[in-house]
Amino acid sequence: MELQRTIKYEADRVKGFGREIMSVPGCEQLESCIQCGTCSGVCPLSIYMDFSPRQIMAMTRSDFKKEVLSSYTIWLCASCYDCTVECPRKIRITDIMYELKQRAIREGYAPKGFATPALARSFYHMVHENGRVTESSLVIKMLLKSGLSNALKTGLGMWRLGLNLIKTGRFSLKQETIRRKDELAQMMRIADQSDIDRLNGNGASATSEKGAHAQH
Amino acid sequence: MKFSYFPGCSLKGTGKAYEESLLPVLQALDIQLEELDDWNCCGATAYMAVDEAKACILASRNLAIAEKMGHQELMAPCSACYLVLNKTKKYLKESPAVHRVVQKALGSAGLTYSGNVPIRHPLDILVNTIGLDAIKKRVKRPLKGLKVAPYYGCQIVRPYATFDSAENPTTMDRLLEALGASVVRFPLKTRCCGASLTGTLPEPGLLCSYIILKEALKRGADVIATVCPLCQFNLDGYHDKIAAKWEPVRIPTVYFSQLMGLAFGIPAEQLGLHRCIVPMKPLPELPAAAAPKAPAVAA
Amino acid sequence: MNHGKNNGEEIRIGFYVCHCGHNIASMVDCAEVAKYVEQLPHVVLSRDYKYMCSDPGQELIAQDIKEHNLNRIVVASCSPLLHEHTFRTAVERGGINPFYFHMVNIREHNSWVHTDRAAATLKAKALARAAIKRVAHHRALETKRVPIHPDVLVVGGGIAGIHAAMTLANAGKKVYLVEREPTIGGHMAKFDKTFPTLDCAACILTPKMSQVGAHPNIKLMTYSEVTKVDGYVGNYTVTIKHKPRYVIEDLCIGCQDCIPACVYKEPKFPDEFNENLGKRKPIYIPFPQATPQVVIIDPDTCLNLKTGKCKKTCVEACGDKKAIDFKQQETFEDIKVGTIIVATGFKTFDATKMPQYGYGIHKNVYTALEVERLVNASGPTGGEIILRDGTHPKSIGIIHCVGSRDERHNRWCSRVCCMYSLKLAHLLKEHTGAEVYNFYIDMRTAGKNYDEFYGKLLDEGVHFIRGRVGEVTDWAFTPEEEGHLVIRVEDTLAGYVRRIPVDMVVLATGLEPQEDAQEVRRLFNMSCGGEGFFLERHPKLAPVNTFTDGIFLAGCCQGPKDIPDSVAQAGAAAAEALVLVDKGYVEQEPNTAFVIENECSGCKSCVPLCPYTAIAFDGSKQKAYINEALCKGCGTCVGACPSGSIVQNLFEDAEVFSEIEGVLAE
Repeated sequence: MELQRTIKYEADRVKGFGREIMSVPGCEQLESCIQCGTCSGVCPLSIYMDFSPRQIMAMTRSDFKKEVLSSYTIWLCASCYDCTVECPRKIRITDIMYELKQRAIREGYAPKGFATPALARSFYHMVHENGRVTESSLVIKMLLKSGLSNALKTGLGMWRLGLNLIKTGRFSLKQETIRRKDELAQMMRIADQSDIDRLNGNGASATSEKGAHAQH
Repeated sequence: MKFSYFPGCSLKGTGKAYEESLLPVLQALDIQLEELDDWNCCGATAYMAVDEAKACILASRNLAIAEKMGHQELMAPCSACYLVLNKTKKYLKESPAVHRVVQKALGSAGLTYSGNVPIRHPLDILVNTIGLDAIKKRVKRPLKGLKVAPYYGCQIVRPYATFDSAENPTTMDRLLEALGASVVRFPLKTRCCGASLTGTLPEPGLLCSYIILKEALKRGADVIATVCPLCQFNLDGYHDKIAAKWEPVRIPTVYFSQLMGLAFGIPAEQLGLHRCIVPMKPLPELPAAAAPKAPAVAA
Repeated sequence: MNHGKNNGEEIRIGFYVCHCGHNIASMVDCAEVAKYVEQLPHVVLSRDYKYMCSDPGQELIAQDIKEHNLNRIVVASCSPLLHEHTFRTAVERGGINPFYFHMVNIREHNSWVHTDRAAATLKAKALARAAIKRVAHHRALETKRVPIHPDVLVVGGGIAGIHAAMTLANAGKKVYLVEREPTIGGHMAKFDKTFPTLDCAACILTPKMSQVGAHPNIKLMTYSEVTKVDGYVGNYTVTIKHKPRYVIEDLCIGCQDCIPACVYKEPKFPDEFNENLGKRKPIYIPFPQATPQVVIIDPDTCLNLKTGKCKKTCVEACGDKKAIDFKQQETFEDIKVGTIIVATGFKTFDATKMPQYGYGIHKNVYTALEVERLVNASGPTGGEIILRDGTHPKSIGIIHCVGSRDERHNRWCSRVCCMYSLKLAHLLKEHTGAEVYNFYIDMRTAGKNYDEFYGKLLDEGVHFIRGRVGEVTDWAFTPEEEGHLVIRVEDTLAGYVRRIPVDMVVLATGLEPQEDAQEVRRLFNMSCGGEGFFLERHPKLAPVNTFTDGIFLAGCCQGPKDIPDSVAQAGAAAAEALVLVDKGYVEQEPNTAFVIENECSGCKSCVPLCPYTAIAFDGSKQKAYINEALCKGCGTCVGACPSGSIVQNLFEDAEVFSEIEGVLAE
């Protein structure tokens, strides 16, 4: 049996992380969290989480950045918004989860070989390129991205579903696109130039260790 | 009555039965739709997990196109689209700085967004604008004896919808009753179906769907009625896996619009019912009803 | 405008600057201020002193007036709210009119809000200079005395109103006690036991109720409401509406022979006193110890009142007493009182607003108040815990903070729910032997012997789970959940999300303002805090006073509180009322406005503006007239008068303009 130290020293905190999250529009209310656990109580996925949503709130506020961003919890959030609606402090927990997901991807904390962030990325790129999503091909891409062994394991289990979708005429490999792809690309370029991320509080992170966004 | 119409990716893909059934039903009620010209993906939940700001631009392009088309209101039948569009609308109102950038980006395509287009779900339009009385008048073949579990899923009642309670919505219940169906009390009506996790993390994702299917069966429902293409996909598509992992819980899941179509006397094959993986049992034969003409949507 | 009184007199000003310990002295160089003021015109004497409000400080003023023949005094210290009265009294002791005094606030307005000592000292000098210039124009003023009518009105017959009324009546004052329900007793009458002593609520309350009913000094008016309040402190005229109970109170002897005689053989209608868990007849008495012991007929269910077709067996049973009167109408009565105590109580949060907890959806979900009736020996089940589905619970979940501490409903902590939940946990366990779970956010047991009670419950084996419940549902996932209600909650201390099957759920609903609190507020000219409870004048130093003189608060209408606090507050409100009544008069600040008749053009623009309806129009003279007793000195009319013919004492033009000049001068 291998024991792990669970005590946290001040050096384990990434000071300013919590404050940074709470400065993002929509995430401010986190400051008033009373740790009542309603979010975890209503969350249908909390039963599989390594940290309950309530714990994620407390850990974020207390600057335990590495622990929060590398947790499974944020990737188990299915965006059902039950916590957001039920929180007695009106904390937009789902939006905080989005914020944490974005940072986890950007700063390389998202768990490897874990299909949820892979799906998010594939989805993002497909929409970026085509303006629309074609679910069938998205699934295939995502499976390939999440690692071959995973893809085989999950993919083989999915063959019945694929077959059923083909049978009912719901499966398509033809990529749907919009007509004015250039228009969308131009809009996204403007977003990049306008530094919309920083406006949004999403940008250069004072606590970013990898310095990926140092240019901001 | 005319609405602009944002189908979203799912209604053109795995959820095409939703569109196939919604269009003739709305036509039967004299509701005309004009599909947004060159609409793009709303961004859904996955896009927001990567870049919320760009997700905003993505969604607002659709809203701007809707404004340009000049109809009063925009109909968004997919729950994710409905939520994302409403969320974006609210977000842009709250963050003027982001709104300015969005405006600039839209401007490059000759578009502009003023924030005035109401985004509405067909359920809301049907029950609160058209009204149950008008719907009852169209019913030719009441769904008598059909026990339905009304399943709303999460995103049309939380957190941006204003037309119904987040905890105990009743709009679809009332609609189904107006069609003559008997609605079972379904405590899981707003519980998450597992969303995209069913594909990425099958264990927790499918458990969500399994729980809903099992409870609907336990409550004696013949069919689950849903309003969301992803919910329909999850509740309909994974029966094999769920049976292998837990137990068989075979019960069909259909769109509320398909049940409306049946009650309106529209033939099942014109309502995309053949696209259900778990098929719904045909309704007992009743005096034949005249089928309406094929629906037409101005694209 | 100087009215000449002081003309020709030599102005001799004494100035005092207070250190207030370090409060002022740490940021203002008091000695320098004193030195500066000393050289200003008319200043005879200027001192700095550590505590001007102390006895020696006050004595200093009185002595200086005599020794140096001072006729104007300025003190620069704290807020006038705190010590204006203190210094005016000192000035009076020195032998001059107390309104020859002016106070400057260099603490709240200066030392406490600045960080630059030099600048703060400069500001203190400017404020002192302004006061010196102003005080030269002060005139001698008289405080007016208004007599107090000795009778007191108490509104609300819950435990707070009962206690206030009894206290006053025992002191020999005449009290009107108005209650809108057919009986007094309020919420407390519905409780089974009281925390933390577990003494029976009825045993301690009902003797007090019957004392109220029998007290020669108390005029009890039940089933009545205040509809109008006119006048001012000492002289209120109050209109009271008596609703028809279709039974003549003076003739009914409380024999209750009419109830069994009613044509409805079985009780059929929801019994409000038992939170609709039991049934009553159209003619009924709310509960056995109701005060007054008078029956009432409910017009919505009485066959005769509804249809006019009934054998009227009740009238027959009443016989010669002839107490039943189906023709009774509502009546109005005016009473005169000098002071009013408002004790209108609270209502409980409507649990159907939180459908996730299943109240009104699942049979076996109860509110705490319903459970009070359920465990009560005189309740609908005789104290046996029989659920709505006829079963006896083997496990019970009590959910705290329902509607409280919730931004979506009520923000505040309702203060009593933790303790009453502990009490109900104890009673339910005692009655049923069931497993009892408490789900709480924070356990708030701060009261005498309260935390000890919590300890006792822990010893009794009641389960405590720290977590706000997500939902109460009836879908089962595991075999042990089948047929039960399931509570889903994060056990935040253990760190697990849990599903706990129970047979009965009790919702600890919070306290909130009465439905009609806003109307009552307007009726009595009170204020409400943001949450809708009536606002006290000062949260610490005037907790039972309102902003309207002569109107006091007691009990939960001012905010959630338990029985001991309600009773204590009721006693305090009674004492405050007694102070006024026994003194016999109130002194009125002379800062009232008056009309210079010669200059009034009779335009009437001031009349509707006065928030205190103190201005009347004298038709014969065609002039406005201000009732000094009603004027609060707000100055609205002074500012509005187009001909400048309204003047306010202590705020005359000469006083105000010279003060402004003083601030602006170098």
